[in-house]
Amino acid sequence: MSKEIIGTPQQYEQFCQVLEELKSVPGPVMKAMQSAQDIYGYLPIEVQSKIASTFGVSLEEVYGIATFYSQFNLNPKGKYTIGICLGTACYVKGSGAILDKFKEKLGISPGETTADRKFTLDATRCIGCCGLAPVLTVGGEVFGNLTVDDVDRILARYND
Amino acid sequence: MLERAHILVCGGTGCTSGNSKKIFTEFERILKDNKLDGEVKLIMTGCFGLCARGPIVVVYPDGTFYQHVKPSDVEEIVVEHILKGRPVERLLNKEKDEDGSVKPFNETAFYKSQHRLVLRNCGVINPENIDEYLAYDGYLAYQKAVTEMTPQEVIDVIKASGLRGRGGGGFPTGTKWQFARNSVSDKKFVVCNADEGDPGAFMDRSVLEGDPHSVIEAMMIAGYAIGADQGYIYVRAEYPIAVSRLQIAIAQALEYGILGDNAMGLGHKFNIELRLGAGAFVCGEETALLNSTEGKRGEPRQRPPFPAVKGLFGKPTLINNVETYANITSIILKGADWFASMGTEKSKGTKVFALGGKIHNTGLVEIPMGTTLRTIIEEIGGGIPNGKKFKAAQTGGPSGGCIPASLIDTPIDYDNLIAIGSMMGSGGLIVMDEDNCMVDIAKFFLEFTVDESCGKCTPCRVGNKRLYEMLDKVTKGEATMEDLDEMEALCHYIKENSLCGLGQTAPNPVLSTLRYFKDEYIAHVRDKKCPAGVCKALVSYEIDPALCVGCGLCKRGCPVGAISGEIRQVHVIDPKKCIKCGACIAACRKNAIKK
Repeated sequence: MSKEIIGTPQQYEQFCQVLEELKSVPGPVMKAMQSAQDIYGYLPIEVQSKIASTFGVSLEEVYGIATFYSQFNLNPKGKYTIGICLGTACYVKGSGAILDKFKEKLGISPGETTADRKFTLDATRCIGCCGLAPVLTVGGEVFGNLTVDDVDRILARYND
Repeated sequence: MLERAHILVCGGTGCTSGNSKKIFTEFERILKDNKLDGEVKLIMTGCFGLCARGPIVVVYPDGTFYQHVKPSDVEEIVVEHILKGRPVERLLNKEKDEDGSVKPFNETAFYKSQHRLVLRNCGVINPENIDEYLAYDGYLAYQKAVTEMTPQEVIDVIKASGLRGRGGGGFPTGTKWQFARNSVSDKKFVVCNADEGDPGAFMDRSVLEGDPHSVIEAMMIAGYAIGADQGYIYVRAEYPIAVSRLQIAIAQALEYGILGDNAMGLGHKFNIELRLGAGAFVCGEETALLNSTEGKRGEPRQRPPFPAVKGLFGKPTLINNVETYANITSIILKGADWFASMGTEKSKGTKVFALGGKIHNTGLVEIPMGTTLRTIIEEIGGGIPNGKKFKAAQTGGPSGGCIPASLIDTPIDYDNLIAIGSMMGSGGLIVMDEDNCMVDIAKFFLEFTVDESCGKCTPCRVGNKRLYEMLDKVTKGEATMEDLDEMEALCHYIKENSLCGLGQTAPNPVLSTLRYFKDEYIAHVRDKKCPAGVCKALVSYEIDPALCVGCGLCKRGCPVGAISGEIRQVHVIDPKKCIKCGACIAACRKNAIKK
């Protein structure tokens, strides 16, 4: 295992602290991965490797978990993640067309990030604001009762 | 000091998305400015249920229900209502009594037929303050169970109540507890399944956000009954507010000595740890959830052995859903007979539904078992918007089926829903109108399960994929009548041979739409038509010459230049260029464009 620091010194210190705390917890691997992703924004292979060696499991197992769950990212994300809800309520109210519009505007498909690392596009599962359907989130902010015509307005808000 | 008024601001996910936090801070600021902060208590509560009218603010003692409140309305509410005693008319609900006065909110059509048992504290107490839960008989049920009842007596009461699992399966809860109690082991676990993954369902989230202690207390009672001292709550990471309120609740319960090595000083140990999901629908299946709680891939395990025998970390484990737990404390306090007096012969108590789709009052409703779908849709839900006709309701999400309009008077309970080819599921209830294509809906759910299948067993991994491809052919008008028969056969094969609940129920949306809407499938296959006008490949857009006034709006709205025509002349759509995006329909003011 390499002794090199992963990420910035602060990130690495935080990461090591989390691993230390989890040593006494049963079934710690996923918790460690979730904390690591909070710290680094994604799960670089070095991070996975360190988690594996810390808890005595194989890298394959950690990688297997990372690829099993949709919330783990193996690649860095854009500055803003646009999550378009494709839950039932939103779908029947036309969120599919809104997603298409974003695809067209940003030139990327769900799961991809724009070349300038500004936007990541996601098609999400129900986020539970069905009363506001169709909805989408940008970062933590929720936009509801949308139509295709709102797409430009939303993108313009993040024009920085 | 006793306050003269309470202002309740909804802090559920729906209203929070509508900026209720800003409303709360505005109230704080303006109450302070008017030196009312000592007299008026401001409380952030859980969900009131009527999400469609959010953000919601309720003022007590009069119970005034304000809807669609904006931060800019706060000052008026404080000055007019709190200071001068005149409710702000324009923000009230519009339902009036016979004498013309506005109805108190619990008498409006949305709330009147409901029976809020599981949601009793949601929208009533501040979920981030344990004292408020304690004031509403909180932790009294645990105390009663431990001091007045033996563990077996607790289980007997749950059995006698007739409570069945609210996660969808409907397995008798008392029997499940008995199995876990009968397993002999040095260590046992109590697990709460809060991985509410069905699209369109948010009952459990609202309970966790609005009344987290009721779940914690029920898990403590379960721990006492089966002999476990450690609980795990497995909750979706997609529910940040629920997660944070659970964290606060657990921390406060520890601080008060309610959880811990000597819980409430009554001599039993009980601790609870939170585990977060990471976005895998299959983890709602109990054995997959156990694997995920252990920090592994969330793949289901073969049963038997059942979790009650060999569950979390190989130890006997009791696993129940959030809503099931939320019923426990009332049953202990008020007795099995009281609970069993509600509902139908084999389905007791109430059920919470997340009402969504094409319906006026989207939100959360709790009804006694046996209430008809008609009551839910027409009375509580306020009917279908835009004068459209009710076509079907989908229950049980991707595992369930649809209930057609002809069965709208079916009393809703576990067995009736199974009999008509749907299922209770966890409680998502999506209403569909004549504009929804049932083949498209079936395809939508199947796409979801194909995506979420964990891939462990072949019938689910490959079977559902093939089934999806067949449906896709139908929606493109490429299928034959033989394909429909093959589809049905494949559905049964997948159901009978899949390893876990996900695969065993995945074909249900297809089977149930085939059962009730076969004519729509046939229209796609034989006539190459989508009656609802949804399936793009089968739809063509035409301008009705009798209605077109030649204004040119559609022509300008068309993104691909498929529409031609001179001003004040009838316009035409070139079907070769048309991409069927619907922009022209949205632009036309004369409803001249038909699918």
